[in-house]
Amino acid sequence: MSRVVKSGAGWIWIGPAALLFLGIMVIPLVMTFLLTFYSWTPTTGITPDHTLANWSEVLGDPYFRGIFLRTLQYSVFTTLLVTLVGVPEAIIIARLSPRWRGLCLLAVIGPLLVSVVARTLGWTLLFGGNNGLVNQLLMYLGVIRFPLPFMFTSTGTVIALAHVLMPMMILSVSASIQKLNPQIENAASSLGAPYPVIMRRIILPQLMPGILSGVLIVFAMAASSFATPAIIGGRRLKVATTLIYDEFTNTLNWPRGAVIVVLLLVGLVAVLGGLNMLIERRNRGAFQ
Amino acid sequence: MTRSNGPVALLFHVLFVVFMLAPIVAVCLVALTPESYLSLPTNGLSLRWFRAILQYPEFIRAGWTSLILGTVSSTIAVALAVPAAFGVARYRFPGRDAMAGLFLSPLMIPEIVLGVAFLRFFNVIGLSGSMLGLILAHVIIVFPFAMRLTLASATGLDPRVEQAAISLGAGRRTVFFRIILPLILPGIVSGWMLAFIQSFDDVTMTVFIATPGTETLPVRMFAYIQDNIDPLVTSVSACVIVITIVALWIIDRLFGLVGVLLGGTTLNHPSASGARPPLMKKMRIRR
Repeated sequence: MSRVVKSGAGWIWIGPAALLFLGIMVIPLVMTFLLTFYSWTPTTGITPDHTLANWSEVLGDPYFRGIFLRTLQYSVFTTLLVTLVGVPEAIIIARLSPRWRGLCLLAVIGPLLVSVVARTLGWTLLFGGNNGLVNQLLMYLGVIRFPLPFMFTSTGTVIALAHVLMPMMILSVSASIQKLNPQIENAASSLGAPYPVIMRRIILPQLMPGILSGVLIVFAMAASSFATPAIIGGRRLKVATTLIYDEFTNTLNWPRGAVIVVLLLVGLVAVLGGLNMLIERRNRGAFQ
Repeated sequence: MTRSNGPVALLFHVLFVVFMLAPIVAVCLVALTPESYLSLPTNGLSLRWFRAILQYPEFIRAGWTSLILGTVSSTIAVALAVPAAFGVARYRFPGRDAMAGLFLSPLMIPEIVLGVAFLRFFNVIGLSGSMLGLILAHVIIVFPFAMRLTLASATGLDPRVEQAAISLGAGRRTVFFRIILPLILPGIVSGWMLAFIQSFDDVTMTVFIATPGTETLPVRMFAYIQDNIDPLVTSVSACVIVITIVALWIIDRLFGLVGVLLGGTTLNHPSASGARPPLMKKMRIRR
């Protein structure tokens, strides 16, 4: 669009969408925050109030702290797994011939748009009981002698989460590979740098922004994923999201559930903001 | 990336692709089993579990709910997102950046937070369990997908095309409907399809606001899996997978899936991605 106009007329164009977002999103979010200060009893339900009881109850209880700790563990391990596997894979895909590259990107990123419930169901089939396909394969290869439990374990949940979120990392890294200038690599190689050095000193530093934004996205999505930990982890291995679901649909203590929602959001913003700051400080150091 | 892959890298790559596709293939295979329990079809394939879906009206009804919800909510989202993208791309006004951020924010806010907020809100204003509530909530969560691609194609327009039309005497209305709209149409259509898929697949937010009368397919599947896993739910999932693959195939043929998922960054620069999708080729020549 060529002519950029400085005028309030823009509001006419965005007005309808702005009204919708204000009415259906901003107000409900504010109401959820206010809900955390309301009181609740099993008999009377929710009463508008100004109490901090819900906050102190959640923050003081080791049961809730344990669940938040598990959420953090899952997110960290999932992010590590996705990064360690996804980054090399994105580089390998970029080196394929254009024909194979398109096909492989499609096969690897396509699952992103397949229903999370269907993908997680696939993992429950592969993990199965003791004769699940994964166990049969591992025993056939001689990696293990007795079947390992994957269903209703942390290991299984992290593997399935990594599968669900892997396309995000591939997308993020592929985007920054596209921006690479092959001449820089050629220059380094013509100056006599061996390939491992080119990889470590030339290519990886240029891919860092893509990798780090992938890390941020995957971490955030792992911490707020619901269907996968609910199905693979089961009711025993609760995480923040499945706890929220329980509070809102089973115990019906909405104010306490709202506190957990706000804590999850605050925790995410804190972790992501902290990571972001670390990255920026590092980047600034690089140019001094 | 000028180097080619060594044998170790290629082996890693093959294992990775198997890892990515295995659960999806497993669902489709188990759905074809002739047995009455979960198993890979070893003696013959059967469509018995697909026929069985017809005897479960809850899945059929949930399927219709999802299709209608996806169609209506992505259409409303696109109808609101096109003018909004146009306003953001063309005008500078106070609050513009804040509003653009607000429109894309459903991508950043965890869906579970939105689910809880909608549940509380609809409960207070008396919309809980209604189709209208579901539609409004889905319009919000799919809006960024509709908006991002329209915005990318709107800001990437070649200004000279528009100037040429004006200099040849075209009025403002003609310029919009005959020049701008056809040029941003690929962005709009792929935005609609991406929005539809997001709405059709959503479970985390919808599980909070769907009630037995308005259950969507993923919510019904999720509830079913929580109780027991049998070949029936795998055949339902296989249907969902096939619908998604068809939609993916259409998007990929029309505009190139990877470009669309990268937020339209390559939509206007097809030369940047390896393979140029067929429609873009035609468009470049027409331009």
